[in-house]
Amino acid sequence: MDRPIRVLVAKPGLDGHDRGAKVIARALRDAGMEVIYTGLRQTPEQIVAAAIQEDVDVVAMSILSGAHNHLFPRVVNLLKEEGVDDVLIIGGGVIPEDDIPFLLESGIEAIFTPGTSTKDVIEFIKNNLKR
Amino acid sequence: MNIEERLLKGDKRACARLITMLESNDMEAVEILKRLYKNTGNAYVIGVTGPPGAGKSTLTDKLVKELRKKDKKVGIIAIDPTSPFSGGAILGDRIRMNDLSLDKNVFIRSMGTRGSLGGMSRATWGAVKVLDIFGCDYIFIETVGVGQSEVDIVKTADTVLMVMVPNLGDDIQAIKAGIMEIADVFAINKSDLDGADKTKLEVEMNLDLNENTDYRPPVVKVSAAKNKDIDVLLEKIIEHRRHLEETNKLEERRIRNNKMELLKMVEEDLMSLILDKAVKEDLLERLARDVTLRKTDPYTAKDEILKLVVNE
Ligand code: B12
Ligand SMILES: Nc1nc2c(ncn2[C@@H]2O[C@H](COP(=O)(O)OP(=O)(O)O)[C@@H](O)[C@H]2O)c(=O)[nH]1
Ligand SMILES: [Mg+2]
Repeated sequence: MDRPIRVLVAKPGLDGHDRGAKVIARALRDAGMEVIYTGLRQTPEQIVAAAIQEDVDVVAMSILSGAHNHLFPRVVNLLKEEGVDDVLIIGGGVIPEDDIPFLLESGIEAIFTPGTSTKDVIEFIKNNLKR
Repeated sequence: MNIEERLLKGDKRACARLITMLESNDMEAVEILKRLYKNTGNAYVIGVTGPPGAGKSTLTDKLVKELRKKDKKVGIIAIDPTSPFSGGAILGDRIRMNDLSLDKNVFIRSMGTRGSLGGMSRATWGAVKVLDIFGCDYIFIETVGVGQSEVDIVKTADTVLMVMVPNLGDDIQAIKAGIMEIADVFAINKSDLDGADKTKLEVEMNLDLNENTDYRPPVVKVSAAKNKDIDVLLEKIIEHRRHLEETNKLEERRIRNNKMELLKMVEEDLMSLILDKAVKEDLLERLARDVTLRKTDPYTAKDEILKLVVNE
């Protein structure tokens, strides 16, 4: 691919913890990716609209508030409804081990929890792009 | 339905994908634009420029909302700098425009400058055509007015809106030197803060020095954050449009802009043609060596390189 990987970094829901999202955004930029950062308090609908207009390769969401089981799958489903099937969807934040299988099952392709090395995230994205 | 038909029907995904293709210099997208070029010409392009943090994105958001009240379809291209070190970028203009995301008749696209050789102007001009075909009545191009290619881009708008803020200090000097001449409308944003009157006065004084008499750029104090006087600003932009249309200057301007676009594309293509050949055949390396060793002079060497693409 002779173009930079484009990533939407988004914070769904009312959660105001944005440090992790910003750390990830900066790390991806430093890895040569174009990061579209939409800021806090995005609805799943807004995230999907932005992902479509920006034609991103990756949707990367961060939640620390506990609302992940509701919001992450909702974004996956809305993207599906729009017929978007070539976007890699990943998530991260404070997410209990027990919830991870359900999230993976519902279409989030990887979950990164506190202590994640940004290197692993970059590696995962590069190895799992869908186009 | 293919991407071409979908774009004509106003499909956002088709619009988005075509812009991506143009950004990556995909020839298939160029062929599509060749076929659909006849469908362009409806959109009016507004370039929004000014120093970082002046409120360009916030102001664009508010102007677009004003245009939406008039039921206009709007496209926004928001350009942010690419990091010269990594080639990556954080594109954050959407933060100020989030409520527009869901509007069926608004399309927002963020673009990185991707370095001066990245063909940003070509990609932007391509994106403008795509949004025009997509059916936009107005297209905004937001870019910081630094760097030659960014100035080139904003110059090719139909109306150039320069966003200033109070207490720019010495920055105003720099802006004056480079880019003040290309502005058609001035917005003094953040007029909720102190110093807006002073900035307005400074801009006005600068305009007094201008000899061009048939059109004097208006200077409007606004507050994007407080949504104040946005309608007044939009009216001034539309007045500028009317002025161009009534004096037949819009066509003149578009001819000038198309000249610029054509030259730029020829320049880029020639350059990559030459570089491709000269580098592949080691010619550049060999000639540079010969010039250094005084086996030849740079002028003869340059002609040697030009011979790669010119016959006579
Ligand atoms: C700092 C902090 C705050 C700061 C936030 C500042 C800010 N602007 O971000 C402040 C003080 C404002 C705050 C407030 C609150 N907080 Co707080 N906060 C924390 C704390 C201590 C650290 C979070 C942090 O910034 N970590 C540093 C960053 C870099 O790490 P990270 O976000 O985890 O990100 C890493 C990984 O998770 C991963 N990652 C994260 N997101 C993503 C996304 C993708 C795509 C990928 C690939 C990776 C990835 O990569 C990152 C790098 O390794 C955590 C506890 C903890 N140890 O996590 C509690 C914590 C998140 N807060 C909590 C709570 C309850 C609150 C409040 C509700 C408290 C209150 N009652 O007022 C408020 C709510 C604020 C709001 N509006 O939402 C709880 C959440 C409980 C839950 N999930 O059930 C926690 C877990 C504390 C706890 N143990 O109870 N908080
Ligand atoms: N006080 C004040 N702040 C504003 C106004 N307009 C924008 N801002 C703030 O200025 C900052 C930069 O705005 P942004 O639109 O991102 O600027 P840009 O870099 O020129 O696109 C943000 O924090 C805005 O909230 C305004 O009218 N008044
Ligand atoms: Mg901006």
